[in-house]
Amino acid sequence: MTARMVHDGLFRFDSDGGIRLLGSRCEECSHLQFPVAETCSMCGSERSTTIDLERQGTLWLSTVVTNAPPGYLGEVPYGFGVVELPSGLRIITLITEKEVVEFGTPLRLVAHDLGINDDGEMVVTYAFSPGSS
Amino acid sequence: MTNSVAVAGVGLHPFGRFDRTVTQMGVSAVRAALEDAGNPSFQSVFCATVYSGVAAGHKVLGALGLTGTPIVNVEAGCASGGAALMLATNAVRSGQCDTALVLGIEKMPRGIIRSSFFEPWREQSGLAATPAYFALRAMRLMRDSGITKEDLAQIVVKNRAEGVNNEIAMYRTATTVEAVLESRLVCEPLHLHMLCSPNEGAAAIVVQRSDLARQDAPKIASAQLRSHLPGSILGEATPLSGVADENIPAASTIAAHAAFEEAGYGPDDLDLIECQDTDAAREILAYEELGLCARGDSAQLVRNGDTARGGRWPVNLSGGLLSKGEPLGASALAQIIELSNQIDGRAGIRQIENAQIGLAHTVGRGANAAVVIITK
Repeated sequence: MTARMVHDGLFRFDSDGGIRLLGSRCEECSHLQFPVAETCSMCGSERSTTIDLERQGTLWLSTVVTNAPPGYLGEVPYGFGVVELPSGLRIITLITEKEVVEFGTPLRLVAHDLGINDDGEMVVTYAFSPGSS
Repeated sequence: MTNSVAVAGVGLHPFGRFDRTVTQMGVSAVRAALEDAGNPSFQSVFCATVYSGVAAGHKVLGALGLTGTPIVNVEAGCASGGAALMLATNAVRSGQCDTALVLGIEKMPRGIIRSSFFEPWREQSGLAATPAYFALRAMRLMRDSGITKEDLAQIVVKNRAEGVNNEIAMYRTATTVEAVLESRLVCEPLHLHMLCSPNEGAAAIVVQRSDLARQDAPKIASAQLRSHLPGSILGEATPLSGVADENIPAASTIAAHAAFEEAGYGPDDLDLIECQDTDAAREILAYEELGLCARGDSAQLVRNGDTARGGRWPVNLSGGLLSKGEPLGASALAQIIELSNQIDGRAGIRQIENAQIGLAHTVGRGANAAVVIITK
């Protein structure tokens, strides 16, 4: 089955089979953003560099979603929360656990199969999972 | 020289689910507000709505044969009503017009609301679940302020007890901490009864120069709207990625400071408050953002009953959104109508003594926060 990234430019497949989230670092004020953006949401600059974000982080906030929200391709219940990367960037993410994860738990980035789209492709997004890479 | 501005007339269509169009509900509210104000002529109309489509305010005024003035439709998420009131207040205060009509109308879709705020990939990835963002914010409040699920349930109990006596509320039965905690878990820590219901309704306010309104009409001391500062995540803006925001003031705090400064009052001067209880944790967070207590100290306000009827600051005597439901465009105006009626001595069975200064707070996606101070 063909795999399709849920959104082009969100992440890239790495040589080791894993994925790397792509972000922007502002060349004016060093602000980090995810996903990649043309303008800096802190200072408005259009000068930025696309970078690989860290694959390892810690749990900042977590909950579990029990009802499928509009447009969601995956299954319920599912973990949902915010991961804090060592650089300080906080990212909204799926979490692979179906229960609340404790604050500060080490998390690692993983590719996550959502479900099959109308074209018969497996749609892949990013998620974080407890553990170290 | 600026004009003193009054709430000259108010009108509400009940909040709930109805077999009526959003235009019909708007007509009811506008007719009631104009009648309450003695049917004055007006020179500007501001219509708050999020889901009513193109030129929604024009359709309401058109149905009443009252077009001809500028009509501006206003969208600022949950704070849309506050935004419309700010525009009308500024128009009258500056002398641009003597009388402005503000209305808020809404007929919300059912279920988890689909919002164009989220890109398609976020929807497909399950990152567009609005109650889940509320739940994360609630989790953060529990961690930072020691709030428990029982505290959250207590807010629902408090507000639903007031909703019993509000004829426009969708839910008019009292509840208990046990019943709230037994309702279905939507997203930990939020149970179904801790979340307000998106619904339908309309509200209208005639904003007028005080010297043209009846002498004892409540005054709009300040009507402020602010958006979030760059960089925060999950303070209230729910931008979808960000940096540590512990030192970035929330939009609600910025709006409240501006309103207090313009009105010349502080939190200690307030007799009553209507605040955004989209979910039970959102109300408690507002206590901290509005300065009723220091950050992290909100649990004691809940547990002391400081924000219940008879307490230091009665909050949501209307029953709040947890009782009324939330028709986005109309909800902020209904808060202001509750304050006006209390200050006017027209709140009926919900009336409290010595209501002289009230504050209304709404906050929503954008992020936008509106803070309005109404005085005798």
